[in-house]
Amino acid sequence: MTTPSLGLQKAPAPGLKNPVHDAQKIFKVAMNALARPGSLQEMPELGLEVPAPLTQTVAALALTLLDYDTPVYLDPALAQEVDVVDYLRFHTGAPIVALASDAAFALISDPAKMSAISGFAVGTDEYPDRSTTLLIAVDDMTNTSGATLSGPGIKTETEFDAAPLSPAFWPQMIANQTLYPLGVDVLFASPTHVAGLPRSSKISMKEAR
Amino acid sequence: MTEQTYDNFADHYNFAYLDEQTKRMIRRAILKAIAVPGYQVPFASREMPMPYGWGTGGVQVTAAIIGANDVLKMIDQGSDDTTNAVALRGFFVKTTGVEATTKTSEATIIQTRHRIPEEPLKANQTLVYQVPIPEPLRKLEPRETETRKMHALEEYGLMHVKLYEDIAKYGEIATTYAYPVLVNDRYVMDPSPIPKFDNPKMHEMEALQLFGAGREKRIYAVPPHTKVESLDFEDYPFEIQKFEEPCALCGAENVYLDEVILDDKGARMFVCSDSDFCEDRRENGHVGHMAANPITESENRGADA
Amino acid sequence: MYVAVKGGEKAIRNAHKLMERDRRGDRSVPALELKQIAEQLYLSVSRVMSEGSLYDVELAALAIKQSRGDLIEAIFLLRAYRTTLPRFGYSEPIDTAAMLVRRRISATYKDLPGGQLLGPTYDYTHRLLNFKLAADGELPESVQAEYDAAEEIPRVTDLLNAEGMMEPDPQVPSDAVVGDLTREPMEFPADRDIRLQNLARGDEGFLLALGYSTQRGFGGSHPFAGEIRFGEVDVDFFVEELGFSVPLGRMSVTECQMINQFQGSTVAPPQFTRGYGLAPGQAERKVMSMALVDRALRCRELGEEAVAPAQDEEFVLSHSDNVQATGFVEHLKLPHYVDFQAELELVRRMRKDWQARQEVEAAQANGPVEEAAQ
Repeated sequence: MTTPSLGLQKAPAPGLKNPVHDAQKIFKVAMNALARPGSLQEMPELGLEVPAPLTQTVAALALTLLDYDTPVYLDPALAQEVDVVDYLRFHTGAPIVALASDAAFALISDPAKMSAISGFAVGTDEYPDRSTTLLIAVDDMTNTSGATLSGPGIKTETEFDAAPLSPAFWPQMIANQTLYPLGVDVLFASPTHVAGLPRSSKISMKEAR
Repeated sequence: MTEQTYDNFADHYNFAYLDEQTKRMIRRAILKAIAVPGYQVPFASREMPMPYGWGTGGVQVTAAIIGANDVLKMIDQGSDDTTNAVALRGFFVKTTGVEATTKTSEATIIQTRHRIPEEPLKANQTLVYQVPIPEPLRKLEPRETETRKMHALEEYGLMHVKLYEDIAKYGEIATTYAYPVLVNDRYVMDPSPIPKFDNPKMHEMEALQLFGAGREKRIYAVPPHTKVESLDFEDYPFEIQKFEEPCALCGAENVYLDEVILDDKGARMFVCSDSDFCEDRRENGHVGHMAANPITESENRGADA
Repeated sequence: MYVAVKGGEKAIRNAHKLMERDRRGDRSVPALELKQIAEQLYLSVSRVMSEGSLYDVELAALAIKQSRGDLIEAIFLLRAYRTTLPRFGYSEPIDTAAMLVRRRISATYKDLPGGQLLGPTYDYTHRLLNFKLAADGELPESVQAEYDAAEEIPRVTDLLNAEGMMEPDPQVPSDAVVGDLTREPMEFPADRDIRLQNLARGDEGFLLALGYSTQRGFGGSHPFAGEIRFGEVDVDFFVEELGFSVPLGRMSVTECQMINQFQGSTVAPPQFTRGYGLAPGQAERKVMSMALVDRALRCRELGEEAVAPAQDEEFVLSHSDNVQATGFVEHLKLPHYVDFQAELELVRRMRKDWQARQEVEAAQANGPVEEAAQ
């Protein structure tokens, strides 16, 4: 978990324009997303320019939640981009870890190829909070099809799906739910919205996918 | 520094007093707390410019979530006018410049000590509780090492034994406030020292509920629409306090009342503990049986102190 | 007549104005200057810096002035200020062996390298009120320190260590991260780094009482004051960009190493063990108490049974902080009438039930007589 000195080749892209108030707005989006699982929470207009394949929404969440206290795992698509690594290191100071199970946060830019969810930290019986939160970039999210969610934050039940996801994703999240109160929590980040899927959400799949 | 304005304050301190790193740390704890309802997330509580035990946990939670467009209501004992509520409201007005209100319906964030407003809260509101002792098992087992294990193993027998001993001894459960609840069928949680009268309001509440314990360094949460049950037994179901008379000022029934001593001969009256609720009712023409005795600024003893 | 407590804002403002007036006291008496506090109340300043966790003589003096000499209030002021300061990093460990010593005593050897150096102390004074001070008496003549400031004085524990009689200093891997209890919540069991931080910030009175209790048999230790030293040390900061340390300045510290007899265990031979105390400024009572409690808290590591309050890690560490303690004790001043109302209602109801039961029992006591008669 060591972070070598930055040694940047060039100046990274700028971070949040208004670090105090932008971070508050983005956090509120993330908070509402986890408090109301499956609901699509609209992101504020930030005008962030971020190095690909990092997306603006994932970058915004990362700049809001990460710092030197939060080891972060990058999926291979992100980890191989020097500009992405430099950008995150420069703006957050978060140590980048190779092992998914060491991560407080994981940034996933290519969810179709995402590694097994069981590889991330799920916390311990005494400290279930010592788990990984996944920030997953997606193109689209919907409340008209997909998994049926119920549990805390949901009045009765709600449908939710995001794309692209790997076919293994929902079965893995169902397995994750059985670990409760351990488990990972997920924040989906589309270009315009954020949705949450905490470990407390019960997931059922109506039709075979 | 009491009379400093926000603009003046902003020259020296960050928005909402806390530095951004501290806010991030608290925000992360809040997200975990929401994901595991009722579980107490340890956080690196900071020293605040008010004493531990005087709302530092609630203040840190509010400071971490509040934005420039929020409208803040601050209550203590159900009222906006109690001294510490006044002091804490002043703190946020000074450090954020946000609008403050006494109207429950207008607030986006309500920070409270010891009460839940009578008016049902809505989805766009967040209720922040100040918590002195977050551990519901603490009075039964003073050691953190032990209680942490009990939560991990979902071993709550001790709590049920305590409640049952009450029944054996007093014929009822002799806990009237900070009455323990079970959240989302998993964690036994301390609802903070609200009267048990308020416990049912937590169940399936539309608003997000966040709990901050500064001295004990814990944050926990109840998301909206979450199952919150007060612990009880089949043959001794949970019951809330009942008052024999309505509010003397607004005539409200089924609300929590404060007992006010009127003289040294035992005369007393009961009035709404939720001052905004009471005022609102009186503005709408509801009259209690002792309402002829108006509250005027001229009788305002507090101001003379 | 019912008077709602309104206008709390004005009441609070007025209360603070009153307090400010009382703080200043009689205006015909000159106001205290921070310099006077820093120079003439240095032991108070030391305590405030130590338990306030901020080494700044001037700010500590300001806090003492602002709090009217209420040191816990002053400590609180300093702590609240401290949290708002940006953190640039951690200094290198200070080296107390390289201290410019102003006072150094050992209770274990009559004479030793570096010698006994009484330095500034109240020890051996006759505790008689000095009425010359009341009359603003003449200044004492200046005293010239009789020691070579450049000389490094070896620590007694190092001397003992050379003989193998003393447990070695704990070896910590170079990449070990020292905990920081101002940045992480306390967790039990706590390691010694966190325990010592907690004790360093801990209330002097609390530690004094606990340390005293170990001497009286509650946690039976057999301590010797191996060494107490007070003086100035350099504080260095390693600058990543430069690749070397730069001096930030000097600070005064007091250090105490208590030496305790240890009869050995399956893993360690009989030897002496340490209890350690360190605090900014001149704070002998504090560091001695701290060293006693540190040693008591090492029971787990040394395979001793924890039987006394001072050995109970969770008890000691959870209650040592006077800012936390005073806040929670004093919060009882806040209104609690909602909860009190709930208790009133319950007690009234229980009294009614009790009376009803008494009446039934009284009736039953009479009852059997009638039954017997039938």
